[in-house]
Amino acid sequence: MIMSANLSAIFYLISGVLFILALRGLSSPETSRQGNFFGILGMTIAITVTFLSIGSFSTGLIYVLIFLLIGGLIGAFIAYKIPMTAMPELVAGFHSLVGLSAVLVAISAFLNPEAFNLGSIGNIKLASLIEMSIGAAIGAITFSGSIIAFLKLQGIMSGSPITFRGQHLLNALLLILIVVLTYLLCSTQSSNFFWILLAISFLIGFLLIIPIGGADMPVVISMLNSYSGWAAAGIGFTLENSALIITGALVGSSGAILSYIMCKGMNRSFFNVILGGFGATEQSESSRDKEHRPVKSGNAEDAAFLMKNASSVIIVPGYGMAVAQAQHALREMVDTLKKNDIKVTYAIHPVAGRMPGHMNVLLAEANVPYDEVFELEEINNDFANADVAFVIGANDVTNPAAKSDPQSPIYGMPILDVEKCKSVLFVKRSLSPGYAGIDNDLFYKENTLMLFADAKKMTEEITKNL
Amino acid sequence: MEIDPFIFRLSIFILSIFIGYYVVWSVTPSLHTPLMSVTNAISSVIIVGAIIAGLAGNSDSDFTISNILGFLAISLAAVNIFGGFLVTQRMLQMYKKKKKDK
Repeated sequence: MIMSANLSAIFYLISGVLFILALRGLSSPETSRQGNFFGILGMTIAITVTFLSIGSFSTGLIYVLIFLLIGGLIGAFIAYKIPMTAMPELVAGFHSLVGLSAVLVAISAFLNPEAFNLGSIGNIKLASLIEMSIGAAIGAITFSGSIIAFLKLQGIMSGSPITFRGQHLLNALLLILIVVLTYLLCSTQSSNFFWILLAISFLIGFLLIIPIGGADMPVVISMLNSYSGWAAAGIGFTLENSALIITGALVGSSGAILSYIMCKGMNRSFFNVILGGFGATEQSESSRDKEHRPVKSGNAEDAAFLMKNASSVIIVPGYGMAVAQAQHALREMVDTLKKNDIKVTYAIHPVAGRMPGHMNVLLAEANVPYDEVFELEEINNDFANADVAFVIGANDVTNPAAKSDPQSPIYGMPILDVEKCKSVLFVKRSLSPGYAGIDNDLFYKENTLMLFADAKKMTEEITKNL
Repeated sequence: MEIDPFIFRLSIFILSIFIGYYVVWSVTPSLHTPLMSVTNAISSVIIVGAIIAGLAGNSDSDFTISNILGFLAISLAAVNIFGGFLVTQRMLQMYKKKKKDK
């Protein structure tokens, strides 16, 4: 039985709507699981309808199912094995797969346009050719960009920005070249232009991401998320498939919004992040002088004493907590504090960690109830009334220089008002400046106690001393 | 004069961007990581194109490059679909409210 084109279009529309509901579900944790179910349902419908609309089952079908199964098993295996701390790498890796499959589908359509109703080789419909080129180019950029992001997050490649003279000019020229190549491809239908277009797109993805430093990864991941959506939408236009167009638009705007939120969390413009090079600058003279100022450092006993005598404690987690895998130890410490009738809450800065929501997932993994975890604007006023702020693996997001020092590179960035707390505990491995390469005045304050140790070990020791 | 079907697809596209805009702003910030993994999974609906590419044309077992690329794309998209939805499920299961009996 071959399903009519109209009927299958309606089913594709249904799966598009289910995908909208999947995102809608994420507005609260209670509805989110149902949302995910809608997503799975939408995907099942889309795949089933595709099989039914092709109808003529040749030996190819067996291969399709085998490849589907292989991919599915690998995906399921990864999903069960991956530690929550590796979520940014996983998402970057997944983006690269979306990008690459968009490229493969575009190439396949280019080589065999009849199968997709796009005309014949050498005579592909103009609109389809443009859509195909856009889909393939964005897909290729997403692929190579995500690979670089993955390598940086995984630590295989250094997280520090790689910059060279004329970088921006080169990128701009390559982007113009892509437009020119698309034009040439459309006017000549020559496959050579298609291959060059792909090669340059891969190169651009690579060049775009290498100048961007480790702590800007939340923006990069969100941006690549957005690109993968636009690539899918481009292919959706080629295939005249509404499920793909709807999904592509949803994912594209989702990634764009996340990039915007991340940029705002750092008070930097999107272009400033994309042009890169942040954090590579040398420390300024003044901050180097400050290095000699005395700091108070303490041990687990001191920290435990301070917290035992507090009535409210606010925890400020950062990327360091993820690196040290300290979330479970932290949760145990908090449990002990709560047994002593101490009120404990968590404060999350929008750009804490390496991707949007990174800290929330780690705390959830450690069984921290989500209604004890607050966003910056919800909790910032509470610091003034809290007794102890326990900063674990965060630095720049607490730096008062963002408010007081117009010369500071992070000036204007919204920060957690940790300084207003009666006392501040900093768990850190050393006094080294944070990612932005600037010193944190908080370290030298009268009421700050530095705890120099691995975040996990220190937290465990504090628990023992409570 | 007839309207080109492309215009209808463009309308779907533009309206979906607006839907995406409003829906994503209402996503709670604590679920931004699951949002990324689920958008990853759904954007792999590109598998639809991969299946068409894989099954295109011939009924014998001579596969063209176009078919083989389709097969590869199916695998890649399937990794994402299964991996994306399952890892999202795994994350969402961890989000719990405070227990009342405590």
